[in-house]
Amino acid sequence: MICLGIEGTAHSIGVGIITNVKGHCQILANLIKTYQPEKGGIHPREAANHHATFIAPLLSQSVQAAGVDFADVDLISFSQGPGLGPCLRTAVTAARALALSLEKPLIGVNHCVAHLEIGRGTVHGCHDPVLLYVSGANTQVIGFAEGKYRVFGETLDVGIGNCLDKFGRAIGLDFPCGPKIEKLAETGTQYLPLPYSIKGMDLAFSGLLTMAEHYVREGERIQDVCHSLQETTFAMLTEVTERAMAHTEKQEVLLGGGVASNKRLRAMVQTMAQDRGASFFVPSRDVCVDNGAMIAWLGCLMYESGLRMSLEDSLINQRFRTDMVEVTWRD
Amino acid sequence: MISKILYRGAEAEIRLSEYMGKTVVTKHRVNKAYRIKEIDRQLIAYRTKEEAKLIAEARSHGVSVPLLYDIDLVKGAITMEYLAGSRVKDILNSIRESERKQLCVKIGESIARLHNHDIIHGDITTSNMIYLDDRIHFIDFGLGCKSSELEDRGVDLHVLMEASESTHSKYSHCFKDVLVGYTKQFQGDASAVVEKIEDIVRRGRYR
Repeated sequence: MICLGIEGTAHSIGVGIITNVKGHCQILANLIKTYQPEKGGIHPREAANHHATFIAPLLSQSVQAAGVDFADVDLISFSQGPGLGPCLRTAVTAARALALSLEKPLIGVNHCVAHLEIGRGTVHGCHDPVLLYVSGANTQVIGFAEGKYRVFGETLDVGIGNCLDKFGRAIGLDFPCGPKIEKLAETGTQYLPLPYSIKGMDLAFSGLLTMAEHYVREGERIQDVCHSLQETTFAMLTEVTERAMAHTEKQEVLLGGGVASNKRLRAMVQTMAQDRGASFFVPSRDVCVDNGAMIAWLGCLMYESGLRMSLEDSLINQRFRTDMVEVTWRD
Repeated sequence: MISKILYRGAEAEIRLSEYMGKTVVTKHRVNKAYRIKEIDRQLIAYRTKEEAKLIAEARSHGVSVPLLYDIDLVKGAITMEYLAGSRVKDILNSIRESERKQLCVKIGESIARLHNHDIIHGDITTSNMIYLDDRIHFIDFGLGCKSSELEDRGVDLHVLMEASESTHSKYSHCFKDVLVGYTKQFQGDASAVVEKIEDIVRRGRYR
């Protein structure tokens, strides 16, 4: 079956078209259009307006890129949550309209679980990983245990991407700040102590952020502050991930989310995995960031396992918990 | 000195060996290659010292913990009494319901005794409790601290609640029995702590 997925939880609107080839996700098209704020962070309404403007052309471009017609699409999948309300509503409206006009079934998926499943579906050898999901808004360590996708650790305040963006904004960098901070950190030489804030299995970044901003005000080298911020936050993320792996006895770790493009974070998690004798997986960048293909893939898995959704079930959920997903497609 | 690795956790190696003629456990926090030396050394030294201090203090207030023999802050090693019992994690799912209830009440009582003396364990999971001599022994105080804050007591119990939901999901209702034991033994306002736990749950992102 050919599945079309619409992703619209935050600043990106994405359309992906996939098929399931013997348990492997074959991507026929995966287009993304990302809202770039002129200054500051993502304004939900403005991002939603952006998505509304670009979704229709994106849909046409996707079917063309996939070499299919709209009539060939068997299933419409959309990101049901978690995310920004106005953005979610724009994506679901497009999905509903498409499903109704094509008279094809509609299925809503959990965005965080999609990041995990696309790893299993596209990365060779990835079967049962602990996912370190790190994006602007989300920072969760997720794994399949006792029949559900469980969150073993997460941020108590902001997502790591959001933390980096806030810091970047404070030092005058443009959105997205992550890659620029990564570049600056490369020439950092001195480690400036930052609070290493882990509570149980959860992480808190606000204190770190405050201290980092303080260092900047005190005149410390930006490169050193960036280096220290990365080293501390990434060490925290790696530690929580390792503890989840030890607790669940899983031998695979998968990265997901926009912040997974950070080479330093990848290197750290890979080193940790190697030292445990575990496998390290990171999907290709186009499915690491928010994208429609992962939404299509998860929708396909859910539908093929028997799950069905009526129009009434398609209400979006800004606070869609990872552990609220009924996992019918895994043993 | 014969030394055997008992358990290799995410953070430390637990070795069984001999020390001055006694069978002991050495908890050795291993260096992690993924983090820079400054963070690695500081974190290991800090956690080793804090853990040793808390264990000693818990013992002085009548909470069952391993007896300490030696501490090395540079190596990140604590040498202590070997507890020949079972991890609560390994037995909780397989014992009878009535035994499980009793065990959970005992767990709650033990946590209350810690909190009565402002000791926050910091990582209360069933992997960090050894059942021996009909008593709950606490291990792994590496993330612990001293605090009289309601928030910290709430978080301490909340970590256990979350851990039971993840690992003992069929019996996660047993957390209520933990609270029964806690309320019985806690000298402060236990209902405030229970309310705080509910507050923390509500506060969680996307809840």
